Amino acid sequence: MALNIDIVVLFLMALSALWTVMTRSLLRSAIGLALTSAMLTILMFRLHAPLAAVFELSVCSGLISVVFIATISLTQPMSQEKVLQHMRDRLERFWYLPILLILTGIVLSFLNFKFNLILPVPEIEKDPRIVLWNQRPLDLLGQIIMLLTGAFGIVILFREAKKK
Amino acid sequence: MLSLLILIPLAFLLLMNFLTLKGRRLAFAVVMALSFFQIYAVFCPAIMANRPLHGLASVFDFMLAVDGLSRIMLLCIAIVIFVALLVAAPFVKEEDKRFYFAGLMILELMGLNGVVMVRDIFSMYVFWEVAAAASFILIALQKKRDPLEGAFKYLIFSSVATVFVLSAIAIILLISGDTSFAAIREALRVSPHSFLITLAVGIFLAGLFMKAGVMPFHGYLPDAYASAPAPVSILLAGVVTKTLGVYTAMRIVIDIFGFSASLQSILFCIGLISAIFGALAAMGQKDLKRLLAYSSISQVGYIFLGFGCGTPLGIAAAIFHIFNHTVFKSLLFVNAAAVEDRTGSLDMGRMSGLASKMPVTGTTSVLASLSASGVPPLAGFWSKLFIVLALWQCGHYGVAVTAVMASLLTLAYMLLFQRSVFFGTLEKGLEGVVEAGFGLTLPAVILAVLIVGVGIFFPYLVRTVIFPVVYP
Amino acid sequence: MSAQALTLFWPFCLFIVILFIIGFYCLLVTFNLIRALIGLELLIKAVTLLLVLVGYVTQHEALIQSLVITLIVMEVVIIAVAAGIVLGLHQHNKSLDVRQLRNLKG
Repeated sequence: MALNIDIVVLFLMALSALWTVMTRSLLRSAIGLALTSAMLTILMFRLHAPLAAVFELSVCSGLISVVFIATISLTQPMSQEKVLQHMRDRLERFWYLPILLILTGIVLSFLNFKFNLILPVPEIEKDPRIVLWNQRPLDLLGQIIMLLTGAFGIVILFREAKKK
Repeated sequence: MLSLLILIPLAFLLLMNFLTLKGRRLAFAVVMALSFFQIYAVFCPAIMANRPLHGLASVFDFMLAVDGLSRIMLLCIAIVIFVALLVAAPFVKEEDKRFYFAGLMILELMGLNGVVMVRDIFSMYVFWEVAAAASFILIALQKKRDPLEGAFKYLIFSSVATVFVLSAIAIILLISGDTSFAAIREALRVSPHSFLITLAVGIFLAGLFMKAGVMPFHGYLPDAYASAPAPVSILLAGVVTKTLGVYTAMRIVIDIFGFSASLQSILFCIGLISAIFGALAAMGQKDLKRLLAYSSISQVGYIFLGFGCGTPLGIAAAIFHIFNHTVFKSLLFVNAAAVEDRTGSLDMGRMSGLASKMPVTGTTSVLASLSASGVPPLAGFWSKLFIVLALWQCGHYGVAVTAVMASLLTLAYMLLFQRSVFFGTLEKGLEGVVEAGFGLTLPAVILAVLIVGVGIFFPYLVRTVIFPVVYP
Repeated sequence: MSAQALTLFWPFCLFIVILFIIGFYCLLVTFNLIRALIGLELLIKAVTLLLVLVGYVTQHEALIQSLVITLIVMEVVIIAVAAGIVLGLHQHNKSLDVRQLRNLKG
C-alpha cells in the first residue's frame, strides 16, 4: 500500500510539471510551479526528510511563487493579435514534449540495474539541526553571505522598477 | 586563522552598512585595504597555518585549509580585486552606486576566498554560488541594456552548470558517506561501482567546463565579458571564471578523482579545441573586449592542456599559467577600459594610432600582448614553455606541436590587435585624446611591472614559489 | 539497502529523469524569459528530489536534509536576482521575448 501512494504522487508531480510547461498563460505556469512544489513536499515527507520538506513548502511554494507572480504582474502583456499568433506557434513547438516523455518512460522501464550499496555507517548524527549547526558551520556562514548578496541584489535591481 | 580571510571582510561589510553618509565615501578605500591585507596574509605563516582554536573562539573554527595552489589563487584574487577597484572610479559615478559596488566587491571577495579554501565539496558549491550571484549583480549594476542581456545569459548557463554539479554530488553521496574531500577520496578508492563513479565524474566535469567557459560550453562568455562595465570585466576575466571553473577542476582532480587515461584525453581534447578555436575566433573580432574574451577562452584551453599531463611539471606549469593569465589579461582589460574611457568606444575599426596619444596605455598593452603570446623574457614565455615541455615529456608529441601552433595564432591576433588600435596613423577624430587618468594608468603600470619582474626573476621564483607548490 | 528502499528506488529515478527532461525542454524551447526561469526552477527541483532520494537510500537523512536546506536558500537568492534582471530587461525592450536578446552578436 505504501508503495502505491508514492507512485501516485510521483505521477501527479510529473503531470503538474508538464502542465506548468505547456500551459499558455504565464500566471498559470507560476501556479503550476507552486503545485509541483507541493507534490515534491509530500514526496520528501515520504522519504523521511520532514525538515527539508517544510522548508521546501514554505520557501519554494511560497516565496518563489510570490516572486514569480510579482514579476509577471510587473511586466505588461503583449497586444491581442500577437498573443493569438504566439499561442499558435507555441503549440507547434511544445507538443513534442509528452511524446518524448512517454518514450523515455518506456525505454527506461526496461532497464534494470542491480547493485548493492554497502555504506560504512559509523555513529552518524540523526538530527539535521545538529548536523547543520555543529558539523557544517561553513554552510551556515555561506548562507548568511548569500542572503546579504540577495539583499544587495534586490535593493539594486528592484529599486527603479518600483519608482516607475 | 584562515577564516579571517572571510570573517574580516564580513565584519567590514556589516560595519559599512551602519555608517553615515560621510563614512560611505570611504567604502572604496576599505575594500582596497582588505585586498592589501589579503596579499599580506598569503605570505604570513601565522595566518596560513590553521591551528585549531580553543575555548570561546572555537565557534569560529571552520574547516578551511590552504596549500600552494590555494595560496596562489588567493594572491590572484587579491590583485584583481585591487586593480578592479582602482579602475572603477571613472566608470561608476553615482555615490550610492559606488557604495553598492564596494559592498558587492566584498561579497565577491568572500565568495572566491571561500571557494579556494574549503575542503568539502558541498561547501565549495555554497561559496561558488555566492561568487556567481555577486558577479551577476555586478554585471547588471548600472542596468543598461547590454549588461542586463549578458548577465541573463551568464545566469542561465551558470545555473545549468550548477544543476550538473549538484547531480554529480548526489551520485557521489550514494557511494561516500560524507561530503568532505578526504572522505570521498577514501570511498572512491574502495568502491566497486565503477559505472556510477564514471557517470559522476563525467557530469561533474561537464558542469565545471561550463563554468570555466571552455569551447563547447562557452556561449555566454563573450557576451558577458564584452557587455559588463569595465571594472567588472576585469574582475570576471581575471579571476571569476578561472576560480570557479579551472581551480575547482584542478582541485577535484588532484584531491578526489586522480588522473586516469580517459580523464587525460578529455582534458587534452577540450584544451586543444579551446586553444585553437578560441584563437581563430579572436582573429575575426571587431570589438575590443570580445577579442579579449575569446583570447581568454584560448588561454584557459592552454591551462587545461598543461594540467592534463598529470606530471608535476605539467601541473606546476598550469598553475603558473593561471597566475600569468590573471596578470596579463587584467592588464589588457585595464587598457581596454582606458581606451573606452578616453575615446568612448570599443570598436577597433574606428581607432588607430592611439599609442602616440596614450603612451602608458600603449606600452603596457604591448607588454601584456607579448606576454600572452609567449615572447621571452616576459612571464608568459616561461609558463607556455613549461606547458609544451611537460606535454613533450609525457609523450604526447602531437598535442605539444598543436600547442605551439596555438601560441603562434595567439601572437598573430595580438599583433593584429596592437596594430589596429595603438599603432599606425592617428585616426581622424582622435586628436583630442589624452592619456587616461591616474586610476587607469597606475594599475596598468603595476601589472606591467609584475609581468616583467616575474619574467626576469623567473629562475629565483621557480625555486621558491612554484616548486614548493607542487612538491609540498 | 532494505528491500523496501530497493523497490522504491527505480520508480523515483524514472520520475526524476522525467522531471529533468521537462525542465531542460522548457529551458531550451521557450521564447519567453520568465518561462526560462520556470524551466530552471524545475531542474533545481529535480536535483533536490534526487538528493533526498539518495539520503533515503543511504540512510543519511540528517546530512541530506541540511544540504537541501542550504540548497533551497541558495536557489531562492539566484531566482530573486534573475527576476530582477528580467524586470530590467523588460523595461528596456518592453517585451519578454528571448529572440530580442540579439544585441550582442559577434
